[in-house]
Amino acid sequence: MEALLLEYLPILIFLGIAVGVAAAAIGASLLLARQNPDSEKLSPYECGFEAFDDARRKFDVRFYLVAILFIIFDLEVAFLFPWAISLGEIGAFGFWSMIGFLGILTVGFIYEWKKGALEWE
Amino acid sequence: MLDTLAFPEVFLAIAGMAILIYGVFRSGNPTRPVSWLVVLALVVALLAVWFGPEQGQAFGGMFVLDGFAVFLKILVLLGSSLAIILSLDYVDRENMARFEFPVLLLFATLGMLVMLSANDLISLYVGFELQSLALYVVAAFRRDNIRSTEAGLKYFVLGALSSGILLYGASMIYGFAGTTNFDGIATALIGNRVEQPSIGLIVGIVFLSAGLAFKVSAVPFHMWTPDVYEGAPTPVTAFFAVAPKIAAIGLFVRVLVDPFLGLVDQWQQIIIFISIASMVLGGFAAINQANIKRLMAYSSISNIGYALVGLAPGTEAGVRGVLLYMTIYLFMTLGTFAVILCMRQKGRMVEGIDDLAGLSKTHPMMAAAMAIFMFSMAGIPPLAGFFGKLYVFLAAIEAGLYTLAVIGVVTSVVAAFYYLRIIKIMYFDEATDSFDRPLGWEASSILGGSALVILLFFLFQAPLIDGAGAAAASLFAG
Amino acid sequence: MIIQALAFYLFAGVTVAAGVMVIAARNPVHSVLFLILAFFNSAGLFILLGAEFLAMILVVVYVGAVAVLFLFVVMMLDINFVEMRHGFLQYLPVGALVAIILLTELVLLFGAWVVTPVALQTMQRPIPAVEEVTNTHALGQVLYTDYFYLFQASGLILLVAMIGAIVLTLRQREGVRRQSIPTQLARRHEDSLEIKDVPTGSGI
Repeated sequence: MEALLLEYLPILIFLGIAVGVAAAAIGASLLLARQNPDSEKLSPYECGFEAFDDARRKFDVRFYLVAILFIIFDLEVAFLFPWAISLGEIGAFGFWSMIGFLGILTVGFIYEWKKGALEWE
Repeated sequence: MLDTLAFPEVFLAIAGMAILIYGVFRSGNPTRPVSWLVVLALVVALLAVWFGPEQGQAFGGMFVLDGFAVFLKILVLLGSSLAIILSLDYVDRENMARFEFPVLLLFATLGMLVMLSANDLISLYVGFELQSLALYVVAAFRRDNIRSTEAGLKYFVLGALSSGILLYGASMIYGFAGTTNFDGIATALIGNRVEQPSIGLIVGIVFLSAGLAFKVSAVPFHMWTPDVYEGAPTPVTAFFAVAPKIAAIGLFVRVLVDPFLGLVDQWQQIIIFISIASMVLGGFAAINQANIKRLMAYSSISNIGYALVGLAPGTEAGVRGVLLYMTIYLFMTLGTFAVILCMRQKGRMVEGIDDLAGLSKTHPMMAAAMAIFMFSMAGIPPLAGFFGKLYVFLAAIEAGLYTLAVIGVVTSVVAAFYYLRIIKIMYFDEATDSFDRPLGWEASSILGGSALVILLFFLFQAPLIDGAGAAAASLFAG
Repeated sequence: MIIQALAFYLFAGVTVAAGVMVIAARNPVHSVLFLILAFFNSAGLFILLGAEFLAMILVVVYVGAVAVLFLFVVMMLDINFVEMRHGFLQYLPVGALVAIILLTELVLLFGAWVVTPVALQTMQRPIPAVEEVTNTHALGQVLYTDYFYLFQASGLILLVAMIGAIVLTLRQREGVRRQSIPTQLARRHEDSLEIKDVPTGSGI
């Protein structure tokens, strides 16, 4: 376990440095800059008058569909990682079981392709 | 070897994918052919279950096949295929004819089969999720109708919460026993019988039961049922009321009896409590209902209460009672929903109980069938519903649970009120408008067939009772 | 060793704080960002346990996909937090009661934990030591062979999720002109071009 964690030590140091730099930047601005908070400074600007409405527009649900399809194929890839590493030990049965899994998801892929879920207008 | 035991499941999975590809490549609207193909696949799976192997374990102990599983799988497959046949007409008329509908119901049925054969906490969860996910989508299938989307959303949020609770309980049980396999848990329990069962195990069982009780819509986890049943499209409600309930009760029975039979005193209290609460709530809350789908939701809650009375003793006779009750429940509910699907006036579906007024004059055969179903649900002899309740209460009395049986009978009488009120409205009220004709041969034939089964049950009950008894025995032997 | 302890307290503390901020933040987008922070720190905790595959999956799937979906929903729904918080005080006693019950159960369990002999046996059954075989490798050795049934069933769950997402959200817009590349490529020059012989001086 020690050996494993020692391999991750550089990442921890990196994290520490990142937090340090970010803290230094914000801390320096907190200490050295003149603080004069005003709610007007944060409000959105609309040609000099008060905004009528929220700036948000109707969000298209197609983005959501793309994100969901991404998550499904992402999970497929996540299953592929351990398989790739251990392919030597699991033999033919392990190989064909993954092919079956990929086959199931390929059926889904054919379905969504034909339905036009991958078209973006 | 492996796939001979799990052949129905493997066949259904491959058939589902093949039908999906066929449906997506067919031009035009292939909903009808796809529905019939799905029904065909389900029938083939049913035959495979019936004539296939009866006993065995597969996949390293994750998959088990015994008489209990075979009995319930046949029921589930029968219920699903009949519910899909019922949906054909409605789906065409209400503009929800998309071919994914029967395909999703096929995958839901596959999930139910996986649940019924689960011999491991993980395969229990996987089957549970496969079924639930398909049903969440189907509940919200009419995506432009606000009630349907509300039903799907409510079902999803509460279902996801209950799945989380179930997993929490399963992880506690795993922590106690060191294995997720039911046989392994049973062995771990035997070894530990001497002292008081560890509190971790009890908490685990409670959480697991809570998650399963949600699926079965037992009180106090029934909150989703009336809203989802009312909001979902009617054939979906028919499917909900039939197949998932049977599968979930089967899973509930297997989970509590297979690994935890040694702890029967502990979980008996839980089951008695939810059974009494379900019977009471189902009996009283339905009295004020005006929407027939909501009434059927409360009726299904009370029916599950009666079925759980059979689970409470934890004996073979009790499980036999549960199996019989679920068989009879299948036919009663399917028949009633066949009638509800015929309730169409001037081209619009109607759902009020008062719309059934005067049915005896306008559609005498349908009224007679509905009367049979209502009498059966009320438990009037010699219809099948009476026998279902009889065996369940007998098993409770044999095990000494007298209070439970008495409360069961009393709530049965209370519930009879609203069933008989429907009969009164049909026969003694003036007809306002008749239903649109023609009724569709699918609905009429299922209506007629179920009514005949319920009516003639008492003549042919012996083989069914023996079959249920053998199935219950196989569960306790394994 | 001391770095390990320090890292644990750092990650655990930030996870709990981020979790509290998820429900306490006023802006829903801030809530999602705190959730992402909680996920990252949980991944750090998993690495401290030696479960590196799980940590990677947490980052790739949870942060990379699930948190993105959360952000989409938050953006889509334009949640007015002030309105949603309105009945908060009225539900606080019930919520606190449920939380206290769950906490009590957890504490009781922790105190009274009994490990059966069978469980001890199972625990000694070798998960290969992390020095010889990495976590990912160890998972791969069993997932595709011993747990084949569950693996295929989860493939089916992913398929149902795909069908469900498309059924519920895909809408075809009317009147959209699309290209059909095969049709365009299959066009023969005889169908599109005609050479007319025109005598000099006259038109067509």
